[in-house]
Amino acid sequence: MKSPRTWLIGVLVAGVLSGLAGLLSAMTAKPAVAPAASPEATEIELLNVSYDPTREFYKDFNEAFAKHWKESHPDDNLAIEQSHGGSGKQARAVIDGLEADIVTLALAYDIDALAAHGGLVPNDWQKRLPDNAAPYTSTIVFLVRKGNPKAIRDWDDLAKPGVGVITPNPKTSGGARWNYLAAWGFAAKKYGGDAGAKDFVAKVYRNVLVLDTGARGATTTFVERGQGDVLIAWENEALLALGEAGGKGFEIVAPSISILAEPPVSVVDKVVDRRGTRKVAEAYLRYLYSPEGQEIAAKDGYRPRDANVAAKYAGKFPRLAMFTVDDTFGGWQKAQATHFADGGTFDQIYASGR
Amino acid sequence: MSLRRRRHALPGFGLTLGLSLAYLALIVLIPLAALALKSATIGPLAFWAAVSSPRALAAYRVTFGCAAIAGLINLVLGPLLAWVLVRYRFPGRKLIDALVDLPFALPTAVAGITLTALYASNGWLGRWIEAAGWKIAYTPAGITIALTFVSLPFLVRSVQPVLEQLEPDIEEAAATLGAGRLATLAKVILPTLWPAILTGFALAFARAVGEYGSVIFIAGNLPMVSEIAPLLIVAKLDAFDYAGATAIAVVLLLASFVALFLINVLQLWTVRRRSAEAR
Repeated sequence: MKSPRTWLIGVLVAGVLSGLAGLLSAMTAKPAVAPAASPEATEIELLNVSYDPTREFYKDFNEAFAKHWKESHPDDNLAIEQSHGGSGKQARAVIDGLEADIVTLALAYDIDALAAHGGLVPNDWQKRLPDNAAPYTSTIVFLVRKGNPKAIRDWDDLAKPGVGVITPNPKTSGGARWNYLAAWGFAAKKYGGDAGAKDFVAKVYRNVLVLDTGARGATTTFVERGQGDVLIAWENEALLALGEAGGKGFEIVAPSISILAEPPVSVVDKVVDRRGTRKVAEAYLRYLYSPEGQEIAAKDGYRPRDANVAAKYAGKFPRLAMFTVDDTFGGWQKAQATHFADGGTFDQIYASGR
Repeated sequence: MSLRRRRHALPGFGLTLGLSLAYLALIVLIPLAALALKSATIGPLAFWAAVSSPRALAAYRVTFGCAAIAGLINLVLGPLLAWVLVRYRFPGRKLIDALVDLPFALPTAVAGITLTALYASNGWLGRWIEAAGWKIAYTPAGITIALTFVSLPFLVRSVQPVLEQLEPDIEEAAATLGAGRLATLAKVILPTLWPAILTGFALAFARAVGEYGSVIFIAGNLPMVSEIAPLLIVAKLDAFDYAGATAIAVVLLLASFVALFLINVLQLWTVRRRSAEAR
């Protein structure tokens, strides 16, 4: 039965399969700290998994940190990779096996998820670094078209009929959750509690023309595609849009009150311990708090925590009243369950008909 | 030999069948089984709640409705394009032939961004359409256009080879027997093409139901209005609701399967009827 040809095919197939298997294992398991040719030189790779609008900031910061690390560790060759996307999506990728040494996400809830699903970080991860593990902050502001033709000054103007609002979908975008809670917090204070807030937020969302899946997508829809009268945006994203070529056609409007957005950072313990990158990953995060790191953050539109740096950039960031998720919503776990989980207030707004 | 072994003319039947089955299991069956198992972890009540919420129902309406309309548009224009490519010789024919496959090759996100840029109210096409009082980008119409784009090759490519086999002699014979052009089309050409057109439609529809990348940019994604079912899946995944996401995926999968199955049955039926008529 076994003709030479069948054998040949079998051998070929086996060869191809084992080749594929080898390729797969080579692609998936790469040790980070591999001793290079000379005994002292060490190749180190770090992966920072971040959310949507931090591309520019971390590009600048990675360069600075690589230089900083080289000064104290001249024998190390440090390469830092960055990955960006919707915050929840990024957290899920890490849970599903993306080997992030560091996560820098849009909200604490997404790093909490790393603790809850698979114990990638300890439950008290947020206590390991100062300021709730958020080395820089941001807030939610409005980007409007030049001359502010719809006269948008505050949150109330977003609920008026005939105003087109652009904001991403809070189900898929971390930034959008900050937007939603900012509007809610404003209305809860002004219209007496959660019932008034829900009506108000429903009105705002009735004005939403396009619900993109991420913050960057919403910016593109507003800036490039010319949709809507106002973009509810991260302050850093709004500043970035102003700085770009087409940015002259826009203005930033700071509302009377907004939310203090604290995008947190953490090392991913399970990954750094396995890859032996804990030392450099922790140094990376500490460098975010250093005057140099704070300066880069401020330049790229994030509000620095460092008082000296903040004073230097005071002109860039308007002073406005801010509330936090912890004091107004009782923390992210509660906010998520109340507002964004299935059947939460966001779903109720759309379920009650448009 | 106690067992009568049928000898195949071609060698290697056992080996190739075994490999095919192993391959099919690895690439298709195991992932699908995992999907079904995961969705079963939430229990029938939660499963039903996930797949029958008003938002999910609205999303199915958008997804299946737009996919069907896109399929129908291509059902008419796809075979026409195939006809032109097969029956006529003109300069640039090869180029157009190659262009038909582009929606296959182009990353869907690129297609989506391009279509959105074109049809948005400040885009090349969108500004004229908007001036005429219509809106395409960020409405179900935009979704339909994106789906039409990605599913076009299925119709053209399934009809084309059949048309190539269909000798022009048959049309001439029909003409000599006194059939007018419309009669030739209706009685001779379309019945031959019909199974291929149905196959193409089923593939196009199934592809469009699952499409995410190109649609997401142009859809507007408003719940109850222009939110597609695949986006609902992504939203559930982002909330770490894996089981709920797979529940919706199972519904999409079943719908695609039923569509393919029905069309296969319909096809078989038309072929049988035709051969019965021919007898």
